[in-house]
Amino acid sequence: MTDRFVSRGFVGRRRDADANRAGRIPPGQYLTDGFPVLSAGPTPQIPLDQWEFTIEGLVRAPVRWSWEQFLALPARDWTVDISCVTKWTKLDTRWHGVSVDDLLAAVELDPRAQFVTASSYGGYTTNLPLTDVLNNQAFVAYQYDGAPLEPAHGGPARLVVPQLYFWKSAKWVRGLRLIEHDVPGFWESLGYHNRGDPWREERYSGD
Amino acid sequence: MPSQPLGWRIATVAEIRDETSDVKSFSLLVPQWQTHRPGQHVDVRLTAAYGYQAQRSYSIASAPGPDGRVDLTVERIAEGEVSPYFHDVLVTGDEVEVRGPIGGYFVWEPSFGGPLLLIAGGSGVVPLMAILRERAGVDAPVSATLVYSSRTWDDVIYRDELEQLAANEDGLRVLHTLTRAQPPGWTGFARRIDRPMLEQALGGIGPQPLSYICGPTLLVEAAANGLVELGVDPGRIRTERFGPTS
Amino acid sequence: MIDERLVLDANAVAGDLEELFGIDLTAVIHRCAHCGNLGPMATLLAYVHGPGTVLRCSVCTDVVVRYVRTPWGTRLDVRGAAELRIELLG
Repeated sequence: MTDRFVSRGFVGRRRDADANRAGRIPPGQYLTDGFPVLSAGPTPQIPLDQWEFTIEGLVRAPVRWSWEQFLALPARDWTVDISCVTKWTKLDTRWHGVSVDDLLAAVELDPRAQFVTASSYGGYTTNLPLTDVLNNQAFVAYQYDGAPLEPAHGGPARLVVPQLYFWKSAKWVRGLRLIEHDVPGFWESLGYHNRGDPWREERYSGD
Repeated sequence: MPSQPLGWRIATVAEIRDETSDVKSFSLLVPQWQTHRPGQHVDVRLTAAYGYQAQRSYSIASAPGPDGRVDLTVERIAEGEVSPYFHDVLVTGDEVEVRGPIGGYFVWEPSFGGPLLLIAGGSGVVPLMAILRERAGVDAPVSATLVYSSRTWDDVIYRDELEQLAANEDGLRVLHTLTRAQPPGWTGFARRIDRPMLEQALGGIGPQPLSYICGPTLLVEAAANGLVELGVDPGRIRTERFGPTS
Repeated sequence: MIDERLVLDANAVAGDLEELFGIDLTAVIHRCAHCGNLGPMATLLAYVHGPGTVLRCSVCTDVVVRYVRTPWGTRLDVRGAAELRIELLG
């Protein structure tokens, strides 16, 4: 093994986690206080009077909500830890939004529906097993830290799936498509893991 | 010109100089450094003991020289990762991993001709300074105008050297604009770069200069669009976007 | 938009690309597969802070190149570039 060069005195952005919180940080992750903005493209600018959220695919009938209709859906506060595959973890993030369970309750799922593709304004996609978005595991958030979700962080609304790496939490989400066979999304099709469980360090396909 | 494959090398910090309160220049000695072209940059990589790495690009401030010395001018960005390390930790004798020279687009050599229109925002002046330093070593250089946007007079990087270069009376004109505050008696520009300012810059050197624009994204876009609107051939405009200045 | 200030151009990833391809790509002319824009790859808008790197056309913002660096190597999708024009040197 070659010795890797080490920069004297360089520590990076890592924050030390006290013993209480250390156990909440998945392997290979570093704690951060900030909320880095990571993006694959320009921030979409969707006027709220044109914004829609759709559930379609293997459902009896697709459902679509306007922004006003979406805000009228049952919503709650969520406090979750999030981990990005770029190695930062943020604890106790506070959101407000609609559980994916409540969204799916508006459609009748075909029994063949096993996977979900989340699509975003701007073209981003990510794929998830249906089992990862049921049972209060995932939600569509439109508030962060008590204020309307900023466009830079995925507003007006984004998907949040806290138990998976944060690339699965599609910013600017516009809908969910229920499908039978998994279809790799934007990052999954280029080497990232299909599922992305931070506790198993499922960063890359083959992990 | 034959070139080596791009790979990381361990450079040594030979000298550190203050430029402004937020900006320092670092002279690096890079082993087996061949040469570079004005406008090119290097990548710098920092590695923590626990394996974490951070990498950034920094334009080379020095003109090509014979001694394997590469000057970088780095602005300290408070929320940055790499620039605070440069400013707060590095001392002469320290080692830094670098890779370069890099870039074949945002370069100028005397053989390219001119006239030259250089437009800089903040630390975007660094690669343009390499161009001006190279130009200063040439007999009968093409005429050049630098439009340089800074927040205040104290934020102007290479302030004295630019004054000296302009005083050489070899066809260099430096137009400063100070966007946040101006010293008493200031008669220069005091606003963001805009079309009338660009028009004035073109007025001194002719309508089809070779243009190099470097700085924050918004400034680069505004300046490039402004030049095109003023009739400059887009093919003669080269741009390089930097991250936001603090 | 605050995050638009973070947008760089492909000059910022020129070193990575040269490491992969062995030549400087910033001066290489490309044609955007989406809108047909012809220009140096240096002008591509670079989104570098995510799980991978995305280079987008500065005219239509469609994806021209995207790549992911995995522990085993780099995977690139260059379908967004309909054509690359690489000049002979020397």
